[in-house]
Amino acid sequence: MKYVATFLVLFVSYIALAGIHVQELLLGAIVSAILTVILAKHVNYTIDYRFPVKLLVFIFAYLPLFVWQLVLSNLAVARIVLSPRIKKHLNPGFVKINTDLKGDFAKLTLANSITLTPGTLSVDIDGNDIYIHTVYIKGKTPEENRQNISAKFEKVLGVVFK
Amino acid sequence: MMDIIVFSLIGLGVLFAVSRLLIGPTPADRVVSLDTFNIIVIGVIALLANQFENSLYLDIAIVYGILAFIETIVFARYLEGQHGDC
Amino acid sequence: MEIASYIFMTIGGLFYLLGGLGILRMPDTFNRIQAGTKATTLGAFTLLIGIGFNNPEWFPKLLLIIVFIAFANPIGSSALAKASYKSCDLPDNLVQDDLIDLFGGKEDGPS
Repeated sequence: MKYVATFLVLFVSYIALAGIHVQELLLGAIVSAILTVILAKHVNYTIDYRFPVKLLVFIFAYLPLFVWQLVLSNLAVARIVLSPRIKKHLNPGFVKINTDLKGDFAKLTLANSITLTPGTLSVDIDGNDIYIHTVYIKGKTPEENRQNISAKFEKVLGVVFK
Repeated sequence: MMDIIVFSLIGLGVLFAVSRLLIGPTPADRVVSLDTFNIIVIGVIALLANQFENSLYLDIAIVYGILAFIETIVFARYLEGQHGDC
Repeated sequence: MEIASYIFMTIGGLFYLLGGLGILRMPDTFNRIQAGTKATTLGAFTLLIGIGFNNPEWFPKLLLIIVFIAFANPIGSSALAKASYKSCDLPDNLVQDDLIDLFGGKEDGPS
């Protein structure tokens, strides 16, 4: 199963880069097979039968939320940048929120999502804590901050990365 | 006609980013504006591919993106090494 | 189709302009990182999608660039923010600083 997944990832990326011709398909298959034999010892991910469901959830629930938050954050940046007196909109600081997600890739995705949501920038991850720089601090307690910043992403990503 | 508008908007963005690169008080500011400049240049290369109708430029954009990422990480590592004097 | 492509490309150019302006106008390093990263990420997305509308056979490669930018740009900016926190003086308008208990005081520096 691991070999098949590695081969498919390598082959699809080769085809996306090279285009679809007969020679490229053959050469891509050969190169991907050789690289699979070399690389598959070192990768450690597991794929089970729930993978298509998770992929569908990722595409149809996570990506629209992500794109919408990205557009919102850009409008917020535009409002701050284009306002004549810029200091009025700023109340910056570093806050710490904790997360329930397990696994490195889940935390990476959560940190990237936090970076691209309105007014936040994830700086460092330490265990279960994510340290965030925010443009305007609203909440007083850590629980409030977590509710404001990362709750909606954690709900979706908790389904995807179980 | 529309190409001129798009290119002039991007050119103004490049102008602002480069002026921050010139006046930035700390090295971190300069690296930040260099990062922004790199992402803008990826878009410009893709626009040139559209303009010349030649898909080879997209390969250049991919390689430029990978090099820009490595460059940002290397500069960040370098800045982490020095304390206090910036 | 061409009209949609040009609309998307103009929006991408606008966001690039916004990113440059944010880099220039924001008052301290972390806010500059925020403005630059967000605006240029969305600008690159819309610009590449507009080019994809103009030439539909390029879509796989453009999608590859979009996925790469979506992963690499936040990672790079977060590494830059960490390096800037460790090496430079902090701005004086912070209202809360939780990072100080991770990296310790500025004087002894991180080990």
